[in-house]
Amino acid sequence: MAFQHNLDALALNDVPRVDAAPVQRPRLFTPSRPLRGAIVVGPIAVLLLWQMASMTGLLPERLLAAPSKAVTSVIDLAADGTLLRHLLASAQRAYTGLLLGVVLGVVLALASGLTRIGEASIDGLIQVKRAVPTLALIPLAILWLGIGETMKIAIITAAVLVPVYINTHASLRGIDLRYIELARTVGLTYPEFLRRVALPGALPGFFTGLRLAVTTCWTSLVVLEQIATSEGIGYLMNRARDYGQTEIIVVGLLIYATLGLTSDIVVRLWERHALSYRKVLGT
Amino acid sequence: MSAPLANARHSEARSAKGNPMAAATRDQHAVRDSRGGRRDGAVHIRDLVRSFDGRAVVDRISLDIAAGEFVALIGKSGSGKSTLLRALANIDDSVAGSGAIHVPDNRSVLFQDSRLLPWENVLQNITIGLRTPDARERGLAVLADVGLAGRENAWPNALSGGEQQRVALARSLVRDPSLLLADEPFGALDALTRIKMHELLFRLVEVHQPTVLLVTHDVDEALVLADRVLVMDAGRIIVDLRVDLPHPRGRSSEAFEALRAELLDALGVIVHV
Repeated sequence: MAFQHNLDALALNDVPRVDAAPVQRPRLFTPSRPLRGAIVVGPIAVLLLWQMASMTGLLPERLLAAPSKAVTSVIDLAADGTLLRHLLASAQRAYTGLLLGVVLGVVLALASGLTRIGEASIDGLIQVKRAVPTLALIPLAILWLGIGETMKIAIITAAVLVPVYINTHASLRGIDLRYIELARTVGLTYPEFLRRVALPGALPGFFTGLRLAVTTCWTSLVVLEQIATSEGIGYLMNRARDYGQTEIIVVGLLIYATLGLTSDIVVRLWERHALSYRKVLGT
Repeated sequence: MSAPLANARHSEARSAKGNPMAAATRDQHAVRDSRGGRRDGAVHIRDLVRSFDGRAVVDRISLDIAAGEFVALIGKSGSGKSTLLRALANIDDSVAGSGAIHVPDNRSVLFQDSRLLPWENVLQNITIGLRTPDARERGLAVLADVGLAGRENAWPNALSGGEQQRVALARSLVRDPSLLLADEPFGALDALTRIKMHELLFRLVEVHQPTVLLVTHDVDEALVLADRVLVMDAGRIIVDLRVDLPHPRGRSSEAFEALRAELLDALGVIVHV
């Protein structure tokens, strides 16, 4: 009776008016719907602050040029074709290394994740490699491969390989044993098991690794392009330092940022398409 | 009954690590049953032992199930019923044990969870491992049988629990199994969905005529569906009860009540009527 009484009280006081239009209710524990283009909000805010600091003289040009100055420099550099030449030289190094590193990382992750021999021989080596900073390998790489493109691409490959391997391997190892039981009860062959269970199961980790890799491949370039080059964004930036041209350094930084952000967006779009079956936080 | 066992060559004596040869040869010796059963669906088990850490969870069980028979296996948690089913499904090769098992090659397993691959759509999940050229048509037909026609392109995550389990049932039946092994397939469903699933399973079993071993903890579920109910306790079968009630079985008939009381008694539940 007391329960019934409470219900009546609730009915009188607390029932909200029902509106015709659907109301967007806040969702507990899950972030609200992702906003379109939300990823650029932070970077644009920083750019605005930076521009304001330069215009008010808070940030002198000999330390850092204003973004607007950098933009005019980009236009100048682009006009005479210098920028494109350097960009293509860098892109070729970065993406050749990226491609090799990703392929190698995935192959090693599969070999190590699916076979005991692979695990015994590969996993330890990669962990050692992970502990050594990639750039620390440069002196050895120069002795082995010279100072040319081969050495640069080899270093980028080595840097890219690690995040791809680690994440793909972790994801592969995380595949639920129940799916492996299922594969047995429906009589899958080994190639069928690879294609329908192992590879799709490893895909989320692969994408995480790839997102790290697309930015890692550019990072190594900055250092590598100090060595015996006359082309590339890194070369351009190092020369600008010698001449005190902070706006060119800013151009280089902006190019790295743009490339990194664009690559990340491309990978994320691909990821969203490939993993569209998932119902997870943040979708 | 010993005739099919005479040429059995897969008696096992396994270490805890499992013997891959025993597991491999076990599949190659389906019983060719010529007695009565529509197909080679009979199951024969002799002196089966499965143990964890030296404790026998399945303790020298011998059991024969005729082709086309619907057998329910009930028992308390830890009585060994799932272990027995997993042995028949041949997905227990990390478990120590011995004994002889005759099961048809053509068998399906229905798990408690639907176990659908989240990255494949409903139809791909149903036809997985099916290599006949008409796999797609058969998949669509059985999808319609479980009442999900038109949902073939849906992702499993977009389905309700009951729908997912119906897809799993379709996946089991599309390969037209001689033996259907079901491990508490409706245990995770709500009571209303479960009743609907009982009707669906019964109807489909009538059509496809597999031998069925249904592991369950639900006495009513066993009595509504099965021709025969086994009660397992501490690794042994302690009751083997034939259920000769006509279908559909009302749960409130006197005969049903009597069988339920007998089974609950065997399970150690004291019934006050």
